[in-house]
Amino acid sequence: MAALGSPLRTWRGLLRELRYLNAATGRPYRHTAAYRYLVKAFRAHRVTSEKLCRAQHELHFQAATYLCLLRSIREHVALHQEFHGKGERSVEESAGLVGLKLPQQPGGKGWEP
Amino acid sequence: MWRSCLRLRGGGRHLLNCPRGGLTASRGPVPKPPAHARAYAPPAERKRFYQNVSITQGEAGFEINLDHRKLRTPQAKLFTVPSEALAVAVATEWDSQQDTIKTYTMHLTTLCNTSLDNPTQRDKDQLIWAAAKFLDTDTVCCRVEEPETLVELQRNEWDPVIGWAERRYGVKIGSSTSIMGPSIPARTREVLVSHLASYNTWALQGIEFVVSQLKSMVLTLGLIDLHLTVEQAVLLSRLEEAFQIQKWGNVEWAHDYELQDLRARTAAGALFVHLCSESSAVKHKLPQGADSGWPVGRDPEPAFLTPFLPALGRAHLVHQVCAPGVDPGHQLVLPIVDLQEVDVM
Repeated sequence: MAALGSPLRTWRGLLRELRYLNAATGRPYRHTAAYRYLVKAFRAHRVTSEKLCRAQHELHFQAATYLCLLRSIREHVALHQEFHGKGERSVEESAGLVGLKLPQQPGGKGWEP
Repeated sequence: MWRSCLRLRGGGRHLLNCPRGGLTASRGPVPKPPAHARAYAPPAERKRFYQNVSITQGEAGFEINLDHRKLRTPQAKLFTVPSEALAVAVATEWDSQQDTIKTYTMHLTTLCNTSLDNPTQRDKDQLIWAAAKFLDTDTVCCRVEEPETLVELQRNEWDPVIGWAERRYGVKIGSSTSIMGPSIPARTREVLVSHLASYNTWALQGIEFVVSQLKSMVLTLGLIDLHLTVEQAVLLSRLEEAFQIQKWGNVEWAHDYELQDLRARTAAGALFVHLCSESSAVKHKLPQGADSGWPVGRDPEPAFLTPFLPALGRAHLVHQVCAPGVDPGHQLVLPIVDLQEVDVM
């Protein structure tokens, strides 16, 4: 039931995730340590005559796991920003929701410092 | 008056940070909130204080450098990892922080910190016991009796995984609809405990973490034995929830939010287990049929991961393969495409 898909797809997904990660810093993703490591690892495991190479399968599985990690972190943070990142409404906004306005008190309220 | 007292500083953001076991991945003490703060004042978020993240190799393993400072664990120990792949992943996590440091996104760093510090001071047996405890209430073994579609779904999706685990380890697990949960025979427990005991302490931290996220020992075994992908394991763990979502609809800010969080944690745990529990050496396979093999086994202690061919080794191999009779000192200039004929495993 190991529906891993093709290594090429995993590789492309990893490159995309690295691109997203480095988009904000402005540095090209090809200079990052992660990119260099992945390139070396994928190249080293590419050539084999075995039909069922266990090490190749393991590397592909680890790459797919890492891709899942990066992708789900990015989507989790995006969901958090969109739905949970705004915090509470201020008292003025809450009053405005029901059509009320807070009174203006030039001397300040008695209990505030 | 009570309304202004209940307003949280910085919005409600910090309530959603969930430190794991009271452990944060931040360096040093958190800045104290000012004296006139409300009753609950969440700690201010640390800004990103470094530009570059780099990896160096020390005598105990690989270390992470933030600018010129070495990364330390929350208990101020030096942060060292045995595997280069893990170091690269942790460095990428630190490098991906923008403006503020969101420790709740740095799962691998947190796992490494837990393994290095061991703040709950658990030894190997306690970790195994904590993981095996989930066997009694394993998700894939506890079945419902109605509705009929859910019963069938559970049977179709969970039975194959249980069957795989039973065949792989030669044990009986079974499933049950009773409220007491499945009855796991003692022999099953022994076999699985001794299997877990073959992993080192770091890998066991990862295993225990994944088990507590997925709420299932069987699914974790499937994950670390490369039988299930992370997405599949998470889907199987949340099978009933997926069933209800399909029936009643998806609520993005709750369901998807939790799904992505669970996937992230499970993926981090699984990756951590794999990177901490493997050791590999490169052996070149020569066409004379002499020798072969990539011994990927489990070491009792964490070892470095070295899947790479040293550049020199590759050149040497080309010489051997293409010119067996020729003096190895002879300079051969070969195009890159000839490397395809070389079997490298």
